[in-house]
Amino acid sequence: MEKMPHWADVVLIPLISLILAAVLSALVILAIGEDPIAAVQLMVQGALGSTYGWGYTLYYATNFMFTGLAVAVAFHARLFNIGGEGQAMLGGLGVALVCLMIPWPHWSMALIAAILGSMAFGALWAAIPAYLQAKRGSHIVITTIMFNFIAAAVLNYVLVNLLRPQGSMDPATARFPETVHLPTLHEMLAPLGIAFSRTAPVNISLLVAIAACVLVWVLIWRTRLGYEIRAYGHSETGALYAGISPVKITMIAMLISGALAGMMAINNVMGEAERLVLNATEGAGFIGIAVALMGRSHPFGVFLAALLFGFLYQGGAELALWTSIPRELIVVIQALVILFTGALDNMVRMPLEKLFLRLNRGRS
Amino acid sequence: MDFQTIIQILDSTVRLATPLLLACLAGLYSERAGIFDIGLEGKMLMAAFASAAVAALTGSVWMGLLAGIASSVALSGLHGLASITFRGNQLISGVAINFLAAGLTVLIAQDLFQQGGRTPPVSFGEGRFAPIELPFAETIATVPFVGPIYAELLSGHSILVYVALLAVPGTWWLLYRTRFGLRLRAVGENPAAVDTAGVSVVGLRYAAVLICGVLCGIAGAYLATALQAGFVKDMTAGRGFIALAALIFAKWRPWHALWACLLFGFLQAIALRYQNIDLGAFVVPVQFMDALPYILTVVILAGFVGKAIPPRAGGEPYVKER
Repeated sequence: MEKMPHWADVVLIPLISLILAAVLSALVILAIGEDPIAAVQLMVQGALGSTYGWGYTLYYATNFMFTGLAVAVAFHARLFNIGGEGQAMLGGLGVALVCLMIPWPHWSMALIAAILGSMAFGALWAAIPAYLQAKRGSHIVITTIMFNFIAAAVLNYVLVNLLRPQGSMDPATARFPETVHLPTLHEMLAPLGIAFSRTAPVNISLLVAIAACVLVWVLIWRTRLGYEIRAYGHSETGALYAGISPVKITMIAMLISGALAGMMAINNVMGEAERLVLNATEGAGFIGIAVALMGRSHPFGVFLAALLFGFLYQGGAELALWTSIPRELIVVIQALVILFTGALDNMVRMPLEKLFLRLNRGRS
Repeated sequence: MDFQTIIQILDSTVRLATPLLLACLAGLYSERAGIFDIGLEGKMLMAAFASAAVAALTGSVWMGLLAGIASSVALSGLHGLASITFRGNQLISGVAINFLAAGLTVLIAQDLFQQGGRTPPVSFGEGRFAPIELPFAETIATVPFVGPIYAELLSGHSILVYVALLAVPGTWWLLYRTRFGLRLRAVGENPAAVDTAGVSVVGLRYAAVLICGVLCGIAGAYLATALQAGFVKDMTAGRGFIALAALIFAKWRPWHALWACLLFGFLQAIALRYQNIDLGAFVVPVQFMDALPYILTVVILAGFVGKAIPPRAGGEPYVKER
């Protein structure tokens, strides 16, 4: 017998965890002498009260969809990919090379090439830890952490010594040519007669991210490979008996994961900055962990969680602008979400299971 | 490179290796007991902030140190709660602790001091650990060769450096020569056996996690009130992860941890002193030096240079059979 109904598992537990995280965050805000209710109002106003706010919320959400999906796909194979940050950095390098090296006649071709480039570079950066996990048994968590730092060093070297334009002090590439400029939501909605903020950075990558959510759903739940990934994640020995190769699944799941993390770069590098800067990822790779945990590794859950974190990110920026609450509040909320939905999952789950058992017993 | 330069680099190696060593030994206790800890970075950061803040407010290094240890132990307790009591995922808990520390430190620092997430600077006698002159350092200093080594390399560090160095034989003794140590190692390899022997697995693991918290606390306090004068945002700068790398490099053994941390401290000292190293034929970029500890760890993990085998029960919550 199931200990509790499925809906409780996918809806109730994340919801309770989220409420716990929200209550604790409110206490933190109280503790530093600010009003939590006013803070929430300010955040809602700043993130959702205008098309400008929405533009930023959706822009951040696009980033988090990619990195959240990346972590989620790895989770399905019971692999914990903390390397999303490094893979997204390398993805940025892939995008920058594609945009700078080839004179593209039109942005659509550049976008496709940039997607492929970012996927290739992100997957490449995930491939080495994946290989070491699959073949040599080195713990993927540790190797992906190490690869984040190595990625930062590589990017630093490439930007300072190779890609920096002559005479520039800034460790960043040259500006991408005008032809690879991706249409922003403003430019996409204007022909339809819908007014949208001109300055918000949300762009066509949002649609790519949503498509990625759908494709990952198809992959995980509707294909043979996805079945094998989930089977391997549930039971390694079971999968082995079913003739599923652990090496193959580990490699493929991590390559997909890395590619998804890398794809984030089409949004932040190609869509927003239009050049590659040193700290382009801004921790989005790590937020992917919270997003995947919150979304229960389901693409639709990831989509919702990414929107939530996009809201938190933009709302937090507004808070930092108008109050004395620094942006780091979002890092605290993010930590609490990871803590409650990930590490302290059983703290919420165990009492709930008891409750449902008692309810069921009362009924029968 | 003359003798004086070598002494200076080694001196700075010792200084930079100290926080790594303390954090590395902290991780050693935790992981030997079967609790993975990737939250070393966060605990160190929290302790660095708490110690600098309290030291700045009270003017006492010791109060600062205590506050640092207390804050780090609190995070350890959280890690224990998540990974021992509620049998959650230890890695996820570690990630959460790192973010919690990164956020809370800046949040509280901004609230207390309004200096953009930093604490006011502390000075010697006013909240910063002063260097200690070993006996006869002045008189021996003039003796060629031995003099500078003693007077500049060994003498003149803060007391926490010596604490860290003494913690190495201390840890070795505790782990390999006491009953507690035997049980601690056993609980990381085969907790069921320890349980059968009538020893509390939960108790041992909490003890290990708390020792880990204390050592991370000292490491953080050293960073903010000895190595540097005050807390700045994200001041650990990945040291917790380098310590983790050193722990793997040392294959979870105390004396090897000392050498690994000295090696990684040496790499940091070199990277700090020279930007790009010109070897004549080619130039070693500074970024390569920065990444070297991580690259070395990956190589070790890959098992190309001797295999690093973690404690067997590491990362798995212990469930008593019913």
